[in-house]
Amino acid sequence: MTDSSRQRVALALAINGRRHRVTIEPSTTLLDLLRDELGLFGTKKGCDMGACGACTVLVDGRRINACLALAVMQEGRDVQTIEGLAEGEALHPLQQAFVEHDALQCGYCTPGQIMSALGLIGEGRATDAAGIAEQMSGNLCRCGAHPNIVAAIAAYAGA
Amino acid sequence: MSAATLSPRHGAVSSSVRHDSALKHTTGEAIYLDDQAGPPGMLHAALVTSPVAHGRLKGIDAAAALAMPGVVAMITAADIPGVNDVAPVGKDEPALATDKVEYLGHPVAIVVAATRDRAVHAAEAVRLNIEELPPVLTIEAALANESVVWPVMEMKRGDWAAAIAGAPQRLTGQVKVGGQEHFYLEGQIALAIPGEDGDMRLVASTQHPTEVQHIVSRLLGLPYNAVTTEVRRLGGGFGGKESQASLVAGLAALAARKTAKPVKLRLDRATDMRVTGKRHDFLARYEVGFDDEGRIRGLDILLASRAGWSADHSPPVMTRALCHIDNAYYLPATRARGFCCKTNTQSNTAFRGFGGPQGAAAIEAVVEHIARHLGRDPLAVRQLNYYGDGGRDVTPYGQRVFDNLLPRVTQEMLASSDWTARRAAIDAFNASSPVVKRGLGFMPLKFGVSFNLPTLNQGGALVHIYADGSIRLNHGGTEMGQGLHTKVAQVVADVFKVDLDRIKITATTTAEVPNTSATAASTGSDLNGMAAFAAANTIKERLIGFAAAHFGAALDQVVFQDNQVRAGNHVLDFGELAHLAWFHRISLSATGFYRTPDISWDPQSMTGEPFYYFSYGAAVAEVAIDTLTGEHKVLRADLLQDCGRSLNPAIDLGQIEGAFVQGMGWVTCEELWWDAQGRLRTDGPSTYKIPGSRDVPPIFNVRILENSPNPRPTIYRSKAIGEPPLLLAIAVWSALRDAVASLGDHRVPVSLDAPATPERVLFACEDMKRRAALR
Ligand code: FES
Ligand code: FES
Repeated sequence: MTDSSRQRVALALAINGRRHRVTIEPSTTLLDLLRDELGLFGTKKGCDMGACGACTVLVDGRRINACLALAVMQEGRDVQTIEGLAEGEALHPLQQAFVEHDALQCGYCTPGQIMSALGLIGEGRATDAAGIAEQMSGNLCRCGAHPNIVAAIAAYAGA
Repeated sequence: MSAATLSPRHGAVSSSVRHDSALKHTTGEAIYLDDQAGPPGMLHAALVTSPVAHGRLKGIDAAAALAMPGVVAMITAADIPGVNDVAPVGKDEPALATDKVEYLGHPVAIVVAATRDRAVHAAEAVRLNIEELPPVLTIEAALANESVVWPVMEMKRGDWAAAIAGAPQRLTGQVKVGGQEHFYLEGQIALAIPGEDGDMRLVASTQHPTEVQHIVSRLLGLPYNAVTTEVRRLGGGFGGKESQASLVAGLAALAARKTAKPVKLRLDRATDMRVTGKRHDFLARYEVGFDDEGRIRGLDILLASRAGWSADHSPPVMTRALCHIDNAYYLPATRARGFCCKTNTQSNTAFRGFGGPQGAAAIEAVVEHIARHLGRDPLAVRQLNYYGDGGRDVTPYGQRVFDNLLPRVTQEMLASSDWTARRAAIDAFNASSPVVKRGLGFMPLKFGVSFNLPTLNQGGALVHIYADGSIRLNHGGTEMGQGLHTKVAQVVADVFKVDLDRIKITATTTAEVPNTSATAASTGSDLNGMAAFAAANTIKERLIGFAAAHFGAALDQVVFQDNQVRAGNHVLDFGELAHLAWFHRISLSATGFYRTPDISWDPQSMTGEPFYYFSYGAAVAEVAIDTLTGEHKVLRADLLQDCGRSLNPAIDLGQIEGAFVQGMGWVTCEELWWDAQGRLRTDGPSTYKIPGSRDVPPIFNVRILENSPNPRPTIYRSKAIGEPPLLLAIAVWSALRDAVASLGDHRVPVSLDAPATPERVLFACEDMKRRAALR
């Protein structure tokens, strides 16, 4: 990339209910915007190529890989990240379910798993454990915490 | 005396306390190395790597790169102030290539720039002048050239040649098991911060802070006391962040030294996969002599591993493979040789199990070969060969199997998995199902716990109690998701009989606990738990002595219980006692140290008692294969794992499940593939498939063996858990072979290498049909 292409552009979007105005390079991904520009480090970079799910966030309620989405395309949209779930000290019930089911080991995939599960539940597809396992397969967990992850999601979704 | 807290103590040993960071992981507040704004002035580094697998490095042209905006410096081998060597075991493993490049991905230079993007782009603009040489890319080619990174190892017992020659039956064969990419979700990363007097501080994602310290010292020409390594947590390690993390940290330190600025080096996924070593793939060739029932009389086996371009951890990995070539079986006369083959590929390294899985997989294939040759049930042949009494209890390396749980775990597993009924049901299913075949596999497990090299079996800890009764714990182990910090904190809480949340868990650092070993070989809680236990008890004894004198009580009348201390008739809060002790000038800080007793190893003769104890287990897996496509699925898995007296059953269950799934990936779907030029083509998650949630067996029964305290006095009689259950996944491989064998009425040996991808399963089916037809 040459420097002349690094013309910055303005962007307005909502993140966890708060409006943000930023100027960024057009090539900035949503993931880099969150992490590097806004200091929201809860969303992880596992592969930066759209294949591990560690960077999953919700945009207008739909789950996407933030590493594959350009930030500038989120103009006017509503982005939800892991930081937006708990209310003060009170965990979101899905976060609580992850804690209770030991649905994590190293924790690096956990924020992505939780956001992806919220998206899945929003899609109305978290109907049984087998379905959850199938629909969560885009979120890799190298520690192999899958059984507990699926159990936590099923418990929260009442599946 | 203050109001007593009467609620039961939280976080006792052997209870299922949550992972110390569970809450922070779910909120995203747990801080990994890349989740911090770096120190002011921090620069970013990127690697220039070899585009060819083998060649003579003639020149590096960085003119264009250095002219790019934001680029600060380039570092090559010539800039290294100390010794250009990152070898963990051997020597002459340069951090940066000097006159030759030995694999595609070999680091040649580091480019430092103001941002990571600029560093990466500038690194791409560096021109390397390389005269290409023909590469050696396979184990077979290396064996043919006798190209090895280490002298050939040989473990021998008895007259193996005569035993084989005199046996009623003989077989020869070959089997291959694949390597494995670690794919820790957090990639390799390190931050180097220069300090006063040339000091260097490293914050790194490493399983081995002390080795980072040593290697940075070596590269920079500094004494160890000038370098400090710190690590709070890793986003997964699995062995991939032992020596490989030292390379990354070493390169960051070189860049920081040259620029006199803090430098962060984070490898992106593809670079990480192209540059760093993986689990060794192995080739095993064997000749085995046995009786008509299948009892092994003699075994001659050759193990050859893909070491890659340098030794790295290949020699100890081979040692452990050879020490697990017996797995559960008594091998009366044996020769086992180990060749660490030098190839022009990544330098392979530690990976959960450290050669143990490869050794065990090889003997499992041999035992099944015998069984099918004889037309016998592999399970029966397995049991026939188990370690037992009457002299059948000594390993080929001379250690007695003193704590044999194999008969017990086998019996419990066969019962709980309903083996007999399912065996019959599967045979009936196969008889009426022409295309889809089912298979049932069994895996018995015996895994030796301790580093093979006795020196490494030492741990240290540092415990402080502050005057308010809060406790700070530091120890030599690293937290990578396995719950080590939680377990060690449980130990300290138990010594003082206080709640777990009174204990602050802190980042591992070489400044607090020096000369540590890697958190590896499953020894994390064995070593560090014992060290922390010792440290805490040192302080406790001081407190007892003080309280007895102060309150006029006998020593044995000072009792710690439920966050309180009773001294004779006086009861006070733990915090009150701490304050009182401080007031009366009692030292409230102590180090603790532990070295595993009664272990020995002679690397020349390859004999000794390298393992303090063995860990046992058993698994049954059921699979279905499509014989027309090779597609397959694990339908059910039952696991039984010995944890001794578990320090934390919830954490141990997570380790068992996770290790099994990872092992399943190793034997089924994870395939590393290099092209004819030596380029790793499986360098990202889209080409390299690790198991996901849909691959977990839909019926997955995982149990910890009950009532089996470690006969050795380990920490609270627990056993190590990190690696052993990974080997249980070999049951899946065994089940796949069983399904293929059904095509030949279980009388024709199956040739199915690992990973048993659909392609290999299909070929195995075709091969089986052909050979069955010939009979
Ligand atoms: S980091 Fe976005 S999918 Fe892996
Ligand atoms: S908890 Fe480590 S990757 Fe999922």
